Amino acid sequence: MKKNSLSVKQVQKIASLANLALTHSEAEKIQKQLLESLDYIEILNSLDTNKIRPTNQVTGKENVTREDVVSPSLTQNKVLDQAGRKQNGYFKIKNIFE
Amino acid sequence: MINGNTIHESVKALQAKKISSCELLEACLARINRIDVKLKSFITVCQEFSLKQAKEADNLIAEDKNIFVKKPLLGIPISVKDNFCTSGIKTTASSKVLEDYIPPYDATVVEKLKKSGAIILGKTNMDAWAHGSSTETSQFFTTHNPWNPDFLPGGSSGGSAASVAADQTIAALGSETAGSIRQPAAWCGVTGLKPSFGRISRYGLIAMCSSTDCPGPLTKDVEDAAILLRILSGNDPKDATSAEKKLENFDFRKSLRGLRIGLPRQYFLKELEKEVGEKILAAVKIFEKLGAKIKWVDLLDPKYSVAVYTIIQRSEVSSNLARFDGIRYGNNRSFFGDEAKRRIMLGTYTLSAGYYDAFYKKAQKARTLIIKDFEKVFKQVDILLSATSPSVALPIGATKNAAMFGELQDILICSSSMAGLPAISIPCGFGKNNLPVGLQLIAPQFREKIILESGFAYQKQTDWHKEKPNL
Repeated sequence: MKKNSLSVKQVQKIASLANLALTHSEAEKIQKQLLESLDYIEILNSLDTNKIRPTNQVTGKENVTREDVVSPSLTQNKVLDQAGRKQNGYFKIKNIFE
Repeated sequence: MINGNTIHESVKALQAKKISSCELLEACLARINRIDVKLKSFITVCQEFSLKQAKEADNLIAEDKNIFVKKPLLGIPISVKDNFCTSGIKTTASSKVLEDYIPPYDATVVEKLKKSGAIILGKTNMDAWAHGSSTETSQFFTTHNPWNPDFLPGGSSGGSAASVAADQTIAALGSETAGSIRQPAAWCGVTGLKPSFGRISRYGLIAMCSSTDCPGPLTKDVEDAAILLRILSGNDPKDATSAEKKLENFDFRKSLRGLRIGLPRQYFLKELEKEVGEKILAAVKIFEKLGAKIKWVDLLDPKYSVAVYTIIQRSEVSSNLARFDGIRYGNNRSFFGDEAKRRIMLGTYTLSAGYYDAFYKKAQKARTLIIKDFEKVFKQVDILLSATSPSVALPIGATKNAAMFGELQDILICSSSMAGLPAISIPCGFGKNNLPVGLQLIAPQFREKIILESGFAYQKQTDWHKEKPNL
């Protein structure tokens, strides 16, 4: 892995992927802190994981299923209760189509 | 003071009608009202709701003399970390994004507490989103260490740990991803159990790192931790990662003769505070006296597991916190604090195209090595013993601008968390500034029995867990 580098522009790109709005000074501060963390995790490169399979979770469980049966859930009113904006029993969101 | 009692002492007293549930609850509430202004363990105190529950408990105790068989925690006040959903009670994860959020449902663990008759006393302060080892990243306020208010309680279950240490509650519920139960337990001088991953359902626990999050008890002694584990554990169809494996029976009369305890050489770091090291070695002598065989063992350098944890945790956090969009509930993403933003950013990066293999996949492979490393060592010994934290509690303000603070504090804890192993922290003395020292016992997956029986035997020989702060 090449030496860690991260430009402020890259930081802003990551921020937009994460749907976070960062000011320029926030982006600069996070750039420094991210580089610090990336430098720390470099240590993993000294571990030989060539023939090792990744562990995604430690339970060993696979394909946990249940019967396809409908059971009571939250009411529509309860679900909408905390919404900032709602209309006619729907959540109201920003326009996503032109 | 009856609020100073344990669960098992309180249940005895309630059964024998020496005290009423209302008296017990009122003692806790009086304690909270007197000291929480300074201590700040609680975000929400359920004053009216808890009094109602206590009255109901007293009615049930009066009507049915066998009620404690059906409801083993009847009338016992329990404080709950504020990342567990409690129906109708504000649940914030100490974050401004959720500062007014009122869940419409109970977490499975909360349901189980209620079913067993426990009284939900209040919601405790934590590091925001459980991102931290200090409780200092709470977006509301910092909790203070009951042993010295100029010091941190540890985190992220700092409020829960402090509330137990300060006898504001009889016991508490916390959660741990890597250290968040054990480390505040050590820093606050209480008992904290992180069960095996999957042992206790995560349904209703605000997700942080889904492959390691574990609900668990913070209590005044091991016997109480065992009681809560018995009640809270069990397969839950609402949590696909919850274990099918049943909890073993505990035998607290069992002698420790022949128990093989491993001391990992790599966990006796040069950074370990002198007094912490001394107290751990003194505790080892106690276990020897109890008949255990001590053996030095080798484990992978804990620095690797910190790196593994940093990548995996931040990756899973970036995914789990993506749901907080302010549309269905809560405030929008501009309300996230610095620490949350930092973690989301690193996690987004490590999962992004071109970096996923180098970071996340590599970390998951290293995780396999960590798991195999423990399996190898558990062929030679039954449990492992080390300090829980390299230091006693640090001063308030110690975390400011330290991007890797939590991970370095949790260096002795990360590996067992990554492997999903059960571990317990118990008080074993006092160190610098008269602050508590904790030792941890780690067992193979699903073998909580061994560390509970060992911890119980240790607490029969010592009185550290009975010490109370001067408040």
